[in-house]
Amino acid sequence: MKNWIIIGATSAIAESVGRIWAAKGYQLFLVARNSQRLEDVAADLNVRGASAVKSFSMDLNSIDHHDQCLEAASAAFGHIDGILIAHGTLPDQKACEQSFEMTLKEIETNALSVISLCTRIANQFEQVGRGDIVVISSVAGDRGRQSNYVYGAAKGMVSIYLEGLRNRLYKKNINVITVKPGFVDTPMTANFDKGGPLWATPDQIAAGIVNAVDKRRSIVYLPWFWWGIMMIIKHIPEMIFKRLSL
Amino acid sequence: MWDSDRLVYDCSDIAMSDIYVSWGKYPFQEQPGTDLQWIDQPLPVSGKFLPQGKARSYGDSCMLQGGHVLSTRFLRRFIAFDATTGVIRCEAGVQLADILDVVEPQGWFLAATPGTKYATVGGCIANDVHGKNHHLTGSFGHHLIQFELLRSDGQRLICSKVENSDWFNATIGGLGLTGVILWADIQLKTVTNSAINQETIKYSSLGEFFSLSNESHDSHEYTVAWVDCLASGNKLGRGHFIRGNHARVTQPKPFHSTKKLSMPIQPPISLVNNWSLRAFNTLYYHRQQVERKLETVNYDPFFYPLDGIYHWNRMYGPRGFLQYQCVVPPESSETAITEILQRIAKTGIGSFLAVLKVFGAKESLGLLSFPRPGTTLALDFPYQGHKTLQLFDQLDEVVVAAKGAIYPAKDAHIQAKHFTTYFPKVEQFLPFKDPRITSSFWQRVTESDL
Repeated sequence: MKNWIIIGATSAIAESVGRIWAAKGYQLFLVARNSQRLEDVAADLNVRGASAVKSFSMDLNSIDHHDQCLEAASAAFGHIDGILIAHGTLPDQKACEQSFEMTLKEIETNALSVISLCTRIANQFEQVGRGDIVVISSVAGDRGRQSNYVYGAAKGMVSIYLEGLRNRLYKKNINVITVKPGFVDTPMTANFDKGGPLWATPDQIAAGIVNAVDKRRSIVYLPWFWWGIMMIIKHIPEMIFKRLSL
Repeated sequence: MWDSDRLVYDCSDIAMSDIYVSWGKYPFQEQPGTDLQWIDQPLPVSGKFLPQGKARSYGDSCMLQGGHVLSTRFLRRFIAFDATTGVIRCEAGVQLADILDVVEPQGWFLAATPGTKYATVGGCIANDVHGKNHHLTGSFGHHLIQFELLRSDGQRLICSKVENSDWFNATIGGLGLTGVILWADIQLKTVTNSAINQETIKYSSLGEFFSLSNESHDSHEYTVAWVDCLASGNKLGRGHFIRGNHARVTQPKPFHSTKKLSMPIQPPISLVNNWSLRAFNTLYYHRQQVERKLETVNYDPFFYPLDGIYHWNRMYGPRGFLQYQCVVPPESSETAITEILQRIAKTGIGSFLAVLKVFGAKESLGLLSFPRPGTTLALDFPYQGHKTLQLFDQLDEVVVAAKGAIYPAKDAHIQAKHFTTYFPKVEQFLPFKDPRITSSFWQRVTESDL
């Protein structure tokens, strides 16, 4: 039995991961903003077999409260085996282009709050000499594109931060996993024209995340074929790339 | 910024997608849709819509061309499970497979289940689905304790046999047209062992099917038959009669791999054609050499044989398939089923999976419920244009004359003139229909505009 913290527990991917872990009898500490929905998710994971579920409602942009959140998790379960950081928003790119305030807000939510949590939990894990840090970044963070570069920049910051963190914690037996999903069919992507082979379900992404944790992977593209797609996209010369409508 | 409180509900903004397309992929291959993720979310503010589960209905009863579907595929949380009483409360989008994963290890089982475990609870209520034990325990509605219904005007109704019972009866089998089912309480049953002691009897005529059904009525909890629908003459109706009971507590449960086969792509043409059908049906009939075979099987392949192949609907190619499922009353069962099988054998348009089952006498609760006393026959056909529809019209003549009915969950063809004959309580149902909810099926059978 393991004890995991799930940040952004009401997001579709996090819910799916929670279901897999619940079925394995894990103890789960759920964090999200909306307390009613958090209770809905907690009840679900309880029925699905979680040994214990505790929920903690907070706005993750309130960085001052991050310590309090992590302390509550430790107090609830004694020790923590891992943290899954899955919260995020999908910015309105066009609106961000017109407003630095909005851009900053998105970067706070999608990057700075993640880095704050990682800083704190990394030190906590380092002291005890074990722990898994799993963060959902995105393929969008691999290269900036005109259609969503604010989101991409935030995710790119997270990906590079995690590379460094992984490098630092490797010798301490702490595994850091960067999860880079491609297109995922969740309510967050409701405005997209979905369907076709590039779209994956939250359950497929969740199975990939659980597998990556079990196998102590470092960077995982989900589904796997996004690794190939992003290799190509990353290697298009900028002279050509800047002319594309991506 | 995306915000789950402000979903895009203006249907002009919603893109077409193949995600929300019904299982048979006929008559529509695209459908605009959006998702209801939380019980407290508001419904679309304008336009016509249709609640949808996992779109496991075959035809157009879960489709709305010209409007959009409101899918509950993300509304799939358990709310509570009482392992002492066997009552499970869950959101409408929970699939039967999820329920089984939770309750089967604790000695509980679904009291009524259709042939796919990927159907949702909401879908099972809306179609008042039936299973192999209908002759003893009735349909899904009989094991439903209560549910919450959300109307498009925002009204929320708790419905049960004692509270809003008229809404309860209209919504069971109500094809999603009375409102959005948010959650439900379902009564499970205890089983000594989820595995099944199965007996497969190779029989050679329709008459034998009926005598086997009679003989097994009280002795076997589950009965069904697979029919070689291409056999004609004195072999008409031959097939395998499959009956079973739950295994004893001391019997070991046979292992069932969770690894499944899959149709990874859709072939450009249907793999099911007259040649493959004749070969399959003949080989399948003769697969079993002995007349009677006894074995203990895992519940999964027993109840859900087709679920073993993901995307099996793709084998019918891009044109999709239709199912013809009818029920005919006891007094005319043998003559009507004979006539139907003869008409099919004559055209040579065979069916891959032809299934026969005798329903029990328990009256369904729903005003539009399909299950009723008699014999039900289900046949899958690749869609071959006019030829298929013409055959269906010929079969309809038999069903109408026999005072039978067609199963809306499978249907994409019946005509409005026959609908009221099949479902005489339509008039009683009308006051409960939500004015903003409709379906392509409903428009077709009532000849109403969007």
